[in-house]
Amino acid sequence: MSKGVAITGMGIISAIGNNVAENYQSLINGKKGISRISKIDTIHKDDIMVGEIASTNLELEQQLGLTPDNNYSRTALLGAIAAKEAIQDARISDINAYTTGLVSATSVGGMDMTETYYYDYLKNKSTQKYIEGHHAGDSTQKIAEQLGIKKSLVTTISTACSSAANAIMFGARLIKSGKLDRVIVGGSDCLSKFTINGFKTLMILSDTYNTPFDENRKGLNLGEAAAFLVLESDKVIAAEKKEVLGYVKGYGNANDAYHQTASSENGDGATLAMQKALKVAAYTANDIDYINAHGTATGNNDLSEGRAILRVFGKEIPDFSSTKAYTGHTLAAAGAIEAVYAVLALQHNIIYPNLNFKTQMKEFDIIPQLELKEKELHTVLSNSLGFGGNCSTVIFSKEQ
Amino acid sequence: MEVLKQELKENIIEQLNLEDIAVEDIADDDILFGDGLGLDSIDALELIVMLDKNYGIKLTDPKEGREIFASIEVMAKYIAEHRTK
Amino acid sequence: MSAVYITGIGSISSQKTFDNTEFLKEINTYTDNVISVVNPNYKEYIPPAAARRMAKGIKMGVVASKIALADANIDNVDAIITGTGMGCVRDSEKFVSAIIDNNEQYLTPTSFIQSTHNTVGGQIALGLQCKGYNFTYVHASASFESALLDAQLQLENDEANTILIGGVDEHGDHTITIHKLINHIKSEKTDATKILDSKTEGAIFGEGANFFVVSNQKQDSSYAQVIAIQTYNTLAETEVSHAAQLFLKDNNLDINDIDAIVLGNNGDVKYDTFYNELSSNLFKDTQQIYYKHLSGEFNTASSFGVWLASKILKTQELPEVVRLNKKSVSNFTTILLYNQYRGENHSFTLLRKC
Repeated sequence: MSKGVAITGMGIISAIGNNVAENYQSLINGKKGISRISKIDTIHKDDIMVGEIASTNLELEQQLGLTPDNNYSRTALLGAIAAKEAIQDARISDINAYTTGLVSATSVGGMDMTETYYYDYLKNKSTQKYIEGHHAGDSTQKIAEQLGIKKSLVTTISTACSSAANAIMFGARLIKSGKLDRVIVGGSDCLSKFTINGFKTLMILSDTYNTPFDENRKGLNLGEAAAFLVLESDKVIAAEKKEVLGYVKGYGNANDAYHQTASSENGDGATLAMQKALKVAAYTANDIDYINAHGTATGNNDLSEGRAILRVFGKEIPDFSSTKAYTGHTLAAAGAIEAVYAVLALQHNIIYPNLNFKTQMKEFDIIPQLELKEKELHTVLSNSLGFGGNCSTVIFSKEQ
Repeated sequence: MEVLKQELKENIIEQLNLEDIAVEDIADDDILFGDGLGLDSIDALELIVMLDKNYGIKLTDPKEGREIFASIEVMAKYIAEHRTK
Repeated sequence: MSAVYITGIGSISSQKTFDNTEFLKEINTYTDNVISVVNPNYKEYIPPAAARRMAKGIKMGVVASKIALADANIDNVDAIITGTGMGCVRDSEKFVSAIIDNNEQYLTPTSFIQSTHNTVGGQIALGLQCKGYNFTYVHASASFESALLDAQLQLENDEANTILIGGVDEHGDHTITIHKLINHIKSEKTDATKILDSKTEGAIFGEGANFFVVSNQKQDSSYAQVIAIQTYNTLAETEVSHAAQLFLKDNNLDINDIDAIVLGNNGDVKYDTFYNELSSNLFKDTQQIYYKHLSGEFNTASSFGVWLASKILKTQELPEVVRLNKKSVSNFTTILLYNQYRGENHSFTLLRKC
């Protein structure tokens, strides 16, 4: 049994940077990655804004050294790039030296190729290679192959927008129980017509920059991203004398059991998730220094999450902000993206501003952190809330 | 107007898969949402698309739907006034 | 560390398995390349208002879970963990084709909402008003095994006492069509009872939902104890035997301790060789059992294998139709299961009589 779950490496690719360093620079400089969509031909292009990654699929394939006959979806390409950075950052030379697993998260999976070749498959043999790449587990298998993980535990979680937070949670459980010495955890989701149109039908896409926790918020911007963390047991840390970036200290998942897509008005699920995570960490609410909120900027989420934060933290709300204004909502990857941001916050003792905020919400009197703030941080709580009432909280700490 | 009401009832039953409900079961002034027919926010979004597709009425805010979809009576009146097709 | 028991089961499959009082008494035989489930009367279990948006996979999952809960004689659980390889494919297909056919116009939200992989888990939670832990694993043929592993770790460490787990996958027309094109589905109609003799590529595709209540408290009605579960993203054919030996050794067992091995043969001439590796060598003197001629192949078909092993351990009966070889076993105490799909995502599962 391992008591601690140490984070020893991170990798990320998002609309605000192709690696950890670039993401951090954008975060502290208030540089958003939100723009009009360029890579997907959609009739909604003038009505929506997105957090799109600059590289084309071809550029990503070249970066990975793939041959033209590959059948990687964009989800798999982004995931492989972020996971490789994480391994490198953790200075892992022999991935199979310890029992190493991979837990990835995705909601889109290979849907980008499926929607492109849906009818083409029926008549064109050359595109049929993507049929096998549709299911969610395929991107994870490819990431494992890219990392050289063999004969090991590799799995995928898909619980909508809380998926990657849940991948971190399961990874932490695998380390704590002694099932694995090391596990790469995270998630990847690319933009697709499927999700653009899906969220469009729910009428929760903003036509301009998303504004988390603002009274006049108009909805979310979709984003694409991938991020992975390397989690290692006490045994590996001791044997390899590894530098630790932070710890996964607490985690909790709960279900709203309220509605298929909407969060309950009072944030029951989010409240339970935060309370469970505090309990696992053996913290009280006072121990939390910063909350990286889910804060998607939809009417429903921000109200429900805000109320849940009030229920858990009472009058003494820690500094909180949502980074969705930078990256857009990256769906299944969001929990991993924001885990990387949480660890960076701990490392640099920085709280990121909640961009685009203008007007206080009328339902409560809490205001997110609006300026970049330097403050000694020991703990960060990160929320990820999804469809199906799926609510997750992960707590990261500087010290074990 | 009666024709429109009948058409609305048929479309609602079909579009929202209300298998166990017949046209005769819906009175013109029955409340459609909540305790009435039991429709919810997802149904409201379905009905918004129906307004657009069948009658050329575009709503941009789902909240508008809540008032328009109060009952078949109210809906039919709104459609008759605003339809473009 | 607490032990883990299977205390309730619910199965909807191509056999009439939804009735827990029977055990493969009447067998449905199929000569086809795609087979569907024997439907229970879903209306008996799901109120019409709740059912109206549910595609078949969701109904199968919800009803199988209700049967499992009733079988375990409980009303609620601490956690719900679902495995599904393809998720709600019917709604996914519906939404993708609507996007293309209507050029992104006049789309409605229902199929998009229902297409999310965690819809089944979410709907079960909604129905039970279960606010506990709710995960969905979507890793091809290791989806159900991942759910079982997660549950095992939580129960062993007393993080939860009772968990509902399940595997569910449904057919989708387009998915079937395109998987025929790439020979994952047999191109010819095949007598399911003769799949072991098949000389062709691909499997007979099936669908189904198998749910289980697992608990760290043994009940009189318990079916089996879950001893261990291990998944492997890759294993070469030549490595399967060694992996099996290591797995047994980790659990302080050897070949002779295994009373029966449940194999996932699906009649695909290209990949059944993985199973043959075990059945003709290490386990050639062991009672061998197979089931995909009854359930068809799907990403969570192995959950039907666990259903079958659970039934055998509880009833101590071995239906003739699942015998792969003929050995005389008087007492089934320990059963090993091995599954893989197309040479990937292998798993070993070990169950023991309570």
